[in-house]
Amino acid sequence: MSEALGLEDVLREHPFTTGMRPEHLRELAGCAREVLLAAGTFPIREGDAADTFYALRDGAVAIEVHAPSGPLVVQTLHAGDVLGWSWLFPPYRSAFDARVVEPARALAFDAPCLRGKAERDHELGYALMLRMARVFTSRLAATRLQLLDLYGPRA
Amino acid sequence: MALAPDPMLPRRARVLASRQDTRDTWTLELELDGAAPLPFAPGQFNMLWPFGVGEAPISICGDPAEPARIVHTVRAVGAVSQAIAAAAPGAVLGLRGPFGHGWPTVQAIGHDVLIVAGGIGLAPLRPVILELLAHRGQYGRAALLYGARTPADALYGHELDAWRARGLQVLTTVDVADRAWTGAVGVVTRLIPRAEVDPARTVAMVCGPDVMMRFTAQELTARGFPAARVHLSLERNMRCAVALCGHCQYGPTLLCRDGPVLTWERLRPLTSVREL
Repeated sequence: MSEALGLEDVLREHPFTTGMRPEHLRELAGCAREVLLAAGTFPIREGDAADTFYALRDGAVAIEVHAPSGPLVVQTLHAGDVLGWSWLFPPYRSAFDARVVEPARALAFDAPCLRGKAERDHELGYALMLRMARVFTSRLAATRLQLLDLYGPRA
Repeated sequence: MALAPDPMLPRRARVLASRQDTRDTWTLELELDGAAPLPFAPGQFNMLWPFGVGEAPISICGDPAEPARIVHTVRAVGAVSQAIAAAAPGAVLGLRGPFGHGWPTVQAIGHDVLIVAGGIGLAPLRPVILELLAHRGQYGRAALLYGARTPADALYGHELDAWRARGLQVLTTVDVADRAWTGAVGVVTRLIPRAEVDPARTVAMVCGPDVMMRFTAQELTARGFPAARVHLSLERNMRCAVALCGHCQYGPTLLCRDGPVLTWERLRPLTSVREL
């Protein structure tokens, strides 16, 4: 119980949960554990089961894709970001690699646990999806700007 | 700032040194005849004239405390800028200026300062950084967020660490990188949440491509930075530089006189007018 309360406190401070109702925070905390992601490790690998969702508290994680020339970094995530969304949709397989660039403390959520709670309590599910949608739109907007090659010769 | 007696009359400026910063960008150090000083405010620009080619507005990126050393960083993208970039030590260029309304370095005293730069947009902000660091105690917390296309395209790489050591939070990001780059990857707006400043008491100064500045200003105001304290530097077709010809008209403003630095509060209504 004390561990769950500690997790709730940590969770409440994370930007992802801003404005979330206390009972929903409690439910999320019930699926979470604190982890330390070591530099150079891969918490997520392309094609693997997407069974964990991370809320980063510090450090840096690079989203990577393999290319014939070697791995390319698509985007880096930092404190306040969340990592992973393939856990939301079948077939629950990760689409990219995630490599830890700087050691990171994070909350790791058990994805089946989260999905189950969201399915049983649609208000919780809506609160969760609303925040995930905000992450999607923010990342999509950032990716669109990245694709514009703003600093290229035509800028 | 003092102008030449006739602002339309160029003076002779000799190239003392030239350095290639990136694949398409050079930094020139110039000196007026007789090493006359050219006092300027951060954010102002000069009109540089490679004889026989044409004239172009180029931001001053030197140290305001060293007015006899005129520094310009130029990206070679057109006939004039290519000719300026190609000017070797000993070459003479025509120079008019300084012109324009610059960054609010005086108004920023006592406030936190957030500098957001994209690509060559760091050049017009370099004098702000140098002035801020020279008078570090007069300002609150200060951060530089800098976005570039690739690590090789980042400007002033040799200075970023020195600025960091002198009390400036420096965060850099690039659009494209491989694993050799250990910094951030993504657009510069993604760095804003990591800036260690208090939005309510911060003066923000933003320079880069128009689209980057627009999205940056929107993100800043969404995070509580007052629009009246978010300043952007616009680049347009300056010709006369003294508000006579109208080429740089942007809505009700003439950017060579009223700008190039204007507040987001003033610019926001204009950015939705697509013909401008």
